[in-house]
Amino acid sequence: MARLWRFDEIVDTDVLAPGAYMKAPLTELATHCLEAVRPEFAGQVGVGDVILGAPNFGVGSSREQAAEVLRHLGVAAVIASSFAGIFYRNAINLGLPVFTLSDDLYDHPGLVDGAELAFDFDTASIRLAASGDVIKLERLPDFLRDMILDGGLIPHLEKRFQAATPAGG
Amino acid sequence: METLARKLIAKASGQSSVAVGDVVVCKVDLAMIHDSGGPRRVKPMLERLGRNVWDRHRVVVVTDHYVPADTNETRAIQALTRQWVVDEGIDNFYDEQGICHVVLPERGHLVPGMFCVGGDSHSPTGGAFGAYMFGIGATEMAGVLATGEIWLRVPETILIQWTNHLGRFVTAKDMMLAMCGEIGMGGGRYQAIQYAGSAIQDLPMQERMTLSNMAAELGAQAGLIAPDDVTAAYVRAVGGTLAEDWEDYRIEAVDSVRDHLTFDAATLSPQIAAPHSPANADDAGVFRHTAFNVAYIGACTGAKYVDLAAAASVLKGRHVANGITLKVAPASLKDQNRAEADGTMSILEEAGARFLANSCGICAGYGDDRLAEDEVCLSSTARNFKGRMGAPGSKVYLASPYTVAASAVAGEMIDPREMMEG
Ligand code: SF4
Repeated sequence: MARLWRFDEIVDTDVLAPGAYMKAPLTELATHCLEAVRPEFAGQVGVGDVILGAPNFGVGSSREQAAEVLRHLGVAAVIASSFAGIFYRNAINLGLPVFTLSDDLYDHPGLVDGAELAFDFDTASIRLAASGDVIKLERLPDFLRDMILDGGLIPHLEKRFQAATPAGG
Repeated sequence: METLARKLIAKASGQSSVAVGDVVVCKVDLAMIHDSGGPRRVKPMLERLGRNVWDRHRVVVVTDHYVPADTNETRAIQALTRQWVVDEGIDNFYDEQGICHVVLPERGHLVPGMFCVGGDSHSPTGGAFGAYMFGIGATEMAGVLATGEIWLRVPETILIQWTNHLGRFVTAKDMMLAMCGEIGMGGGRYQAIQYAGSAIQDLPMQERMTLSNMAAELGAQAGLIAPDDVTAAYVRAVGGTLAEDWEDYRIEAVDSVRDHLTFDAATLSPQIAAPHSPANADDAGVFRHTAFNVAYIGACTGAKYVDLAAAASVLKGRHVANGITLKVAPASLKDQNRAEADGTMSILEEAGARFLANSCGICAGYGDDRLAEDEVCLSSTARNFKGRMGAPGSKVYLASPYTVAASAVAGEMIDPREMMEG
C-alpha cells in the first residue's frame, strides 16, 4: 500500500534536485532527491506514494527538474498548504499532481509520516487506511486535470494539435 | 475597486473582470527568450509538437548570458540561437546588445496594458511599465511559443507603499534590499506586488525597473507599478507606441488591497545585504570596515545608465583604493553609448574601472572574470546566493552603485553619505 511522506521542514528546489547533480541524467539526479533531509527517501519511495509538505513547498530556483524527479520516482501527488509559484506551475506542466490543503486539514491527526493511504486523482482525495477517514483536497480546474492526465503540457499540446489535424494528411 | 493586476489579467483573458483564485487562459502579447534558456531548450519541444512560433512579431530573442562566447560549447549555443532566429523569421533579435530586461524596454517593447512572459526569473521587470510580466520555465515557454497562450491563477495583490521621499545617495536598490530584509525571500508568496506612494512616483523608469526586477527576490510573480506621466514620457522617448487606453491602467489600488506594507523613504539608509541571501540586508553603516576585493557594477539590476551615473557621481575626481578591482559591465550598449557621450564612462575609467561586455557576465557566474575562491565582492547585482558569481568559496555582498563606488574608494564597506556629505 502507498504511504505518506510528511515533511515539516522547508523543502526547496536544492533539496529536491541538488545543484551538484544537475548536469547528471534525470535517473541519477533522482537518486539524490531529498537526500539532504531524508537520506532514505529516494531508495524507499514507492509508486503511488504521496508527499505532504510544509508551506511554500518547492521554494527556490525555477529548475524544472525539482518536479520532474518526484514524478520519475513515482510520487502520485504532492500536497501542501501552499506552493512556491514556479514549482507549482512546473509540476503541472510536467504532469505531477499538486494539491493544496487547508491548514486545519493539514493538522489532521492521521496525516503522520509513514501513514498508509490510498490516493485518488479523480476525486482529489486521500483515504487513510488506519481510520478510514477520507480527506478531500482542493480540486484542480478541469483543464489542468486534463493536462496532468496527459502527462504534462507538451504531451497535452501534442494531443490537442493531433486532434486538430485532419487524419490521413 | 479593481487592482492593476486583475485589470491586466482580465484584459489578457478576454473577460470583463476576474477574481483572485480564478484560473484563466491569457493571450500573450510578447514572449522574451534569451540564449541560455531559449532556443536551445524550446527548439526540440517545438519540433516534437511540429509547430513554429505562433507569431514571429511577438517573440523577442536576446543573447546576453553566454556573451562573449569563449568556449566551443557556448559558441555552439550562440550559433544555434542565431540559426533558430533565421529559421523562425524572428524580427526582434538583439544579438549582444545588452541584458534582456534592459534591452526590452529601451527598444520600446514594453508599454502599459501588456501581458508578457519571459524565459528568465527576473522577467517581472516589465511590471515597471504597467505590464503584467513574469518568468516561466522552458517547457512552459515552449507551450507559449506554440500556442500564444498561458494559464494563470489570478494572484492576490500585496500593496507596498513607500511614503515621503528618498534622501540623497539612497536608491531603489536600497529600497529593495530593505524590503528583502523585512519580508524575506518568500515574502511575496507568488502574489502580485504593487509598489505605490510618493517615493515610487519620484523614481525615473530605470530605478522603477530595479524594484520590479527584484520582485523575484521577494517571491512574487509580478512587481507592478501603475503607469503615469513618467512612464508615458519614457515610452515615447524610446519610440514605443502607447495604447489609446493606457491611462485606464493608472490604478494604485490603495483602498482595495487587504495586504499592505508601508515603508518610510525619508528614514531609509543605504543598505548592504550580506552573503548568501538578499534577505540579510541591514544599514550600510553596520558593515563599516568589512573588507572586500572586487567592486562590481553590473547586471540588469545594477548597471543601467542611472546606475553608471550614480557610480560616476561618487567616483568623479576620486580613485579606487589599492587592493580593490572595480569592474563595470554596462547593462546595455545603448546605456553605454549614452554614458560615453556625456562623459560618465571616462569618469569611471579615470577612477580605475575596468569595463566588461554588455552582458550578464559574472552575475551569472560566467566568463573569465567570475569570482575566484575566497574573493569577496561588493556588487550592484540582484542575487548573492552561494557560489552564484563564481567559486563556491567566494562571497557576495549586495548594495547600490553609490555604495559600491564609495566603498571601492574607501577600500572597505561604507555608507556613501559618509564620503559625500561627511
Ligand atoms: S544580469 Fe544577472 S540577474 Fe540579470 S538576467 Fe543576467 S544573470 Fe539574470
